Formats: sequence, structure tokens, C-alpha cells
Amino acid sequence: MSKQSNRLIRQVVVPLVSIVIFLILWELLVWWRDWPNYKMASPSDLTAAYQKYWKLFFVYGWQTLWRTVLGLLISVLFGTALGMVMGFSRVARDALYPLLVGFNAVPKATVVPVIALLFIGADNTNTVLMAFMISFFPIAVSVSVGLNTLETEYRDILRALGASRLTVFWKIALPKTLPEFFGALKVAVTLAFIGTNLVEIIEPHGMGLGHLFDSGKINADYPLMFAVLLALAFLGILLFYAVVLLEKIFAGWAEKPDT
Amino acid sequence: MTTQPVIAIEGVTHAYSTETGPLPVLEDISFNIAPGGFTAVVGPSGCGKSTLTKLVSGLLKPDAGRVILDGKPVTSPRPTVGMAFQNPVLLEWRSILRNVLLPLEIVRGHGLSREAAEARAHELLALVGLSGFEDKRPSELSGGMRQRASLCRALIHRPSVLILDEPFGALDAFTREDLWQIMFKLRIEQRVTCMLITHDLRESMFLADEVVVLSDRPAGIQHRLTVPLGHDRTIEDLYKPEIVECLAELRRQIQIAQGRQPATEEAA
Repeated sequence: MSKQSNRLIRQVVVPLVSIVIFLILWELLVWWRDWPNYKMASPSDLTAAYQKYWKLFFVYGWQTLWRTVLGLLISVLFGTALGMVMGFSRVARDALYPLLVGFNAVPKATVVPVIALLFIGADNTNTVLMAFMISFFPIAVSVSVGLNTLETEYRDILRALGASRLTVFWKIALPKTLPEFFGALKVAVTLAFIGTNLVEIIEPHGMGLGHLFDSGKINADYPLMFAVLLALAFLGILLFYAVVLLEKIFAGWAEKPDT
Repeated sequence: MTTQPVIAIEGVTHAYSTETGPLPVLEDISFNIAPGGFTAVVGPSGCGKSTLTKLVSGLLKPDAGRVILDGKPVTSPRPTVGMAFQNPVLLEWRSILRNVLLPLEIVRGHGLSREAAEARAHELLALVGLSGFEDKRPSELSGGMRQRASLCRALIHRPSVLILDEPFGALDAFTREDLWQIMFKLRIEQRVTCMLITHDLRESMFLADEVVVLSDRPAGIQHRLTVPLGHDRTIEDLYKPEIVECLAELRRQIQIAQGRQPATEEAA
């Protein structure tokens, strides 16, 4: 077998098979325990929900997706900037770490009503803000640690030629931090989804998959609720692999060769 | 020799400020290196040898005394200096060729076109035996090959001064001897003035014209020794009786510097 097809099998077929096996086990579990829909819907019940509401899935799915991605983008910009400040300045690190850890420890569900009061009616703002707030922490920490642990020799080879701090940052510190940055971004992607859905479910405003989940709950349409969960998982996987793709492009050099 | 030295270290004294007060590292160090010369600095570990490289390259400023490169006192880093460390610090995301070309992205007015720069990089890589590895990533090279690439990077912008801070320290014995020979060839062919920090006495004898022994911290100059070898050296020369004698003398001086042997004669 050629190396190429070998890789295709490993990277595409194996994950797909494992998903199918998971769905079969789920189906079997529900069938074996003979659970009714309101206890746990089985995958075979969900097709009806998808058929009936497929338009809504697209509309709401898109609303969830763009708001999550926007929140994530802000998080990348803000987190990187914050990480830079903390990575370069000891004082900033000492000053900001306790604040950040404290902020990160506050359950975000409790923050949802607070920001809803701050920006009444600004539903997109609220949602994007929450996606951002919940996801910037790992990015800031990884960038700060990456810069902070840069070996002095790396700095010195350029500084000895008269390079400015900014040049050292662009040519060495930033690219060298990319693997850690992408590691954090993978965590941030999932977190941003949780942020978006928190707002959609706790402060219902008729948008996003969270809203669809909520209407499923109100109408006692249990298969719809499970169908939404599955759709969310799908979007999460989609976004995660988008990050993996970016990582391959920008930090592929850090990957260990196959053995 | 009456020519002006390329590197002149004049009464350099330096201390680091620590939480428990200043820690004197170097005390009144003075020596010159003539154009195309090669001086090795040896001494007990932790005596401040690396600090000396930072002072010469302008990354640190001395508390007293001064360093003069090419006739001008050093006040800040200068593009006429090339550096190589024990860690080859190659950038993993760049090819070997692009790593070697890195200094030219920093140094202004080197006057080399892209083609000329690449031609020079190819020439240097060929000189160290890395032809054909231009497009490889550093992770695909062995430790010795990485260090050779790092030497090419240090020389790409035609520095007048090359500062080597234990560049062969992490290599195995055979690779190290290979690199000594490559380094010797580079110093002759590139006509660069070198200062080498090392704790390998044989290395200092094989590469240098003069060996400076530093004393323990705060380091002063304990001893200076002129290497009785010309520009046509081989590794075998290191086994000549007069060289073995020099090595024994260096070893004795280091032991005096470490305080393990009473000084029988005061070194200059």
C-alpha cells in the first residue's frame, strides 16, 4: 500500500469508523434499556428531526458558527496581545496573572445575565462577547509562556547584529511560539462554542442552535434536543479541524516526522 | 606586530547586580587580537567567560574599561560581529539556506543582491561540507551538521569579528575534531578575527594563535600562552612533544586558577 493512501486511511477512514461505532453503541444502548424518547433519544430517532427542521438547522447553525468564530478571532487578537505584554514584562505578568486566573475561575453562566443587563437587546454583541471572554485565557497564557521561555541565545543571535526588540519578536519569538499557540487555540475553539451556547440557552433571543435546543425543550420534542447536541458536536469538530489545518500550514515544521 | 588590533579589550571590569549585592565577574581584563588572529579564552567554569563574549559583542556594557572593535569603542551591538554558541539556535521553521541568510535580513547596507547572498551562502555551506542540505530543515540534520550551519550563519555577512562561545562543547569527540578542522579552514579562508571561549584545552591549542587563561571569579588574566603552531596544522600536531608540554602548562595554570595548586610563579 502506498504511503499516501495509508495516511488517507489513518486520517479520514479511522475517525469516521470510530464515529459510526459510537452511534451504533448509542443505538444499541437505548434499544437494550428500552428507554423512551424523553429519557434518551437514539440516533435513529434523530433523522426525523433533521428531516423536519433541516432549514432551521442551517439558519441557526450558521448564527452559532459565525458568532463563535468572531468571538474566537477577537480572543486570538486580545489573547496574543495580552500574552505579549505578559511575556515581555515581569511586572505585567505579576500584575495580571491573579486577575486573569480569578476572571477565568468565575463560572461564565453567572456572567451571562450580567452582560445581558449591560447590553440590553444587543444579542449578537452579548454572544460574541461571551465566546471571546471564555476562550482568550489559554491563548494569553500560551503566548506569554512561549515568549517567556525563549532561550536567550535565540534573542542574542539577532540582538548582537543590532536588531530591535520588535524584529526579534517577528523573526523569532512569534514563529517559535506558534506550536504552543495552536495547542491553546484548539482548547479555545471548544470553549468559544460553550460561550456562544451559554448565551443562546440562558438568555434566549431567538437565535442560534441554543435557541433550537430551547424550543425542543419547551415543546417536549426530545429527539430535536439530541439532534441539536449532535449538530453542535459536528460544528465543534468542523472548527477544530479548521484549526488543525491552519496549524499544519503555519506550524507544520514543529510536527515530528512519522515513524 | 604594529598593525592596529581588530579586538582591543582594555581594562574591562564587570559585575552583575544580584539580590545580595553586586557579584564581580571580570576584573581588569586586557588583551588584543590582531587582524586575522585567533585567541582562545579558557578558565574554570563559571568564571565569566561568556560574560566576556557579551561585552565584546556589545550585548552588555562594562562597568569599567572598554572594548574597541576595528578602532571604535563598542557602545551597542554591531553588525560587523558574528556569533556562534554551544546551542546552534537554528530556526526550526526555516530551511538551512534561509537560516544561513538570516543575518542579512537584519544587517543594513550589506550591498549583496539576493543572488549574491545566496551564492555566498552556498559557498560557505560547501566549505563546511553541507552542499546539498540547503533545503533541509534543521531537525533533519545531526548535531555536528547543525553547528556547521550555525558557523555559516555567523559568517554570512562578512563580519570582521567572530565570537565563538563553546560552539563545539555539546558534540562527541570525533565530530568535535572534524569541526575543529572546518573551523580552522574557515578562519584562514574567511580572514576573520576570532575569539573563542572554550574549556577544551586541546581545542584551544588546535585553533588559536594565543590562549588566555582566566582566573576564578572575579576573573583576571591568569596566564597567556602563544601557540607554537603555524597555519598548516593537523590534529596529529596535538601529539607533538612541545604541544603536549603547552597543554600540561595550560592545565597547571587552570588548576592554579581553581586554587587547587599553589602558584610557583606569578603569571603576567
